[in-house]
Amino acid sequence: MAKRVGIEVSLAISEAVKQAKVDAVAAYPITPQTHIVEHLSELVADAELDAAFIPVESEHSAMSVCAGTAAAGARTYTATSSQGLALMNEILYIIPALRLPIVMTIANRALSGPISIWNDHSDIMGARDTGWIALFAENGQEAYDLTLQSFKIAEDHRVLLPISVNIDGFTLSHVIEPHEFLDQEEVDAFLPEYRPAVQLNPDQPVSMGMVGVPEIYAEAKKCQDEVLKNSEAVIKEVFAEFATRFGREYRVVESYRAEGAETLLLTMGSVSETAMEAIDILRDRQQRSVGLIRLRLWRPFPVAELRRAVAGCRRLAVLDRAVSFGATGGPVAEEVRSALYGIDGAPYVGSFIAGLGGRDITIDDFIALAGQVEKMAETNEIHQYKMTGVRE
Amino acid sequence: MIEVRVHGRGGQGGVTSAEMLAIAAINEGKFAQAFPSFGPERRGAPVIAFARVSEQKIRNRTKVYNPDIVMVLDPSVLAIVNVVEGLKENGMLVINSAKSIAELRREYSFKTDLARVDATHIAQEELGLPITNTTMLGAAVKARALVAVDSLVGPLEHRFGRIAAKNIRALKRAYRETEIDLI
Repeated sequence: MAKRVGIEVSLAISEAVKQAKVDAVAAYPITPQTHIVEHLSELVADAELDAAFIPVESEHSAMSVCAGTAAAGARTYTATSSQGLALMNEILYIIPALRLPIVMTIANRALSGPISIWNDHSDIMGARDTGWIALFAENGQEAYDLTLQSFKIAEDHRVLLPISVNIDGFTLSHVIEPHEFLDQEEVDAFLPEYRPAVQLNPDQPVSMGMVGVPEIYAEAKKCQDEVLKNSEAVIKEVFAEFATRFGREYRVVESYRAEGAETLLLTMGSVSETAMEAIDILRDRQQRSVGLIRLRLWRPFPVAELRRAVAGCRRLAVLDRAVSFGATGGPVAEEVRSALYGIDGAPYVGSFIAGLGGRDITIDDFIALAGQVEKMAETNEIHQYKMTGVRE
Repeated sequence: MIEVRVHGRGGQGGVTSAEMLAIAAINEGKFAQAFPSFGPERRGAPVIAFARVSEQKIRNRTKVYNPDIVMVLDPSVLAIVNVVEGLKENGMLVINSAKSIAELRREYSFKTDLARVDATHIAQEELGLPITNTTMLGAAVKARALVAVDSLVGPLEHRFGRIAAKNIRALKRAYRETEIDLI
């Protein structure tokens, strides 16, 4: 086993990007993503990473530059957060349509207003429908591992789509914790050089980003949707290869002590580890039949895997860390309810919103959540969503 | 698992204290976390940082609410922050102060194990600056054996480069001079 190194999660991500030997990085600093690109600019300046580091005047420009470098056939990386992702939004849609395999870290942060630099999932939910693959990491090791795997997934010719690796701002990005790094040779063997399927090249001219007249637009969108949905199989393939080579296993839907559980909690991101502590208390000290499901893959939504993961449970408490104002549920809960609609014996689904704008979700909060969904399920309480832990 | 809360003022390096502790623990083969109180940097304002050290993988990612050890880098925060809030019953409070243990107990009614060192004086002499973060690390590991004092040397060398030697001197001097008063 490799030696564990104590390092900030942001720097571990930069290390993965360096080891992936990216050709181009274009980024604009925004809290709490800043340390990642700051460190990458140092690595480029120190000639430890042979890449073009392109500073820009806004995130809109950052993603536009990334589109250009990726179209020219460069392995391309960027990172952002919150308002920065929102400012990129227009260009985000274009990247998957052009089939450009950009990898982006999103250090998840709340959106204004009120102004908040702290963590929740509002930013990625705003970019939900842009056509990017979206993965969630729960700790620094996963952030490092998923960053490396993302290049391989994105650049697979069956995929050729951009990926966002979501890490919770501050609660992951600014934490020093142990990481096991791969050797450069191991990374090189796992992640071969990027071979673009099509690239901008003056010697072999192609056109990218053409007008889609009504006779072709729907077909283009259907193709894009198919390729995104089909990427789940490639993601699983890459996860499996990574596990075989390096012994660290990843699944699109992860579970923790969920076998035979009557109540399941469902989370995304770094709160999942805190939730595991709650599950241990519920199971071992209180003898309650409670387990945990965690979504690693948010887009494409792993419908079949989710159905399998919750089969047999009676109640499901879905924790959202973003509000879809006036919606039928939290963004994750809506997807889960839709995925389970019409399934025989589907569990009662409670939609809970917590942890907004950096509010802690504690072990006790998760224990209370399990109790709350059990109580609501008893009376089959019809509800859209409940915002918990709010002072009134 | 041992949980640590560091009180200081923005710019005094409280976050670095927590970080050095975590890296030293990880280098010893333990598991550890260190993180700031996730706010905008506010030079001079009271700030906190956290660390956790454990023999097992650490999964709890909330703030530290019930620390085993509280480190106070700047004596002036004692008057404005309740530094013992949430401190475990058998917890240890490590204070930078020129005052004696008896005076501190009298003035603030501290009922916990207490360690004190005049870190400002040591830092002023060893570093030429009243920055007490590395000095207070020496006091903390003397008060509670979180990591071996020598395990902090490597991380300090890595972080402080050419001014590392001074900081290591301050660390070790504080380790020698810290007074501990158990209840």
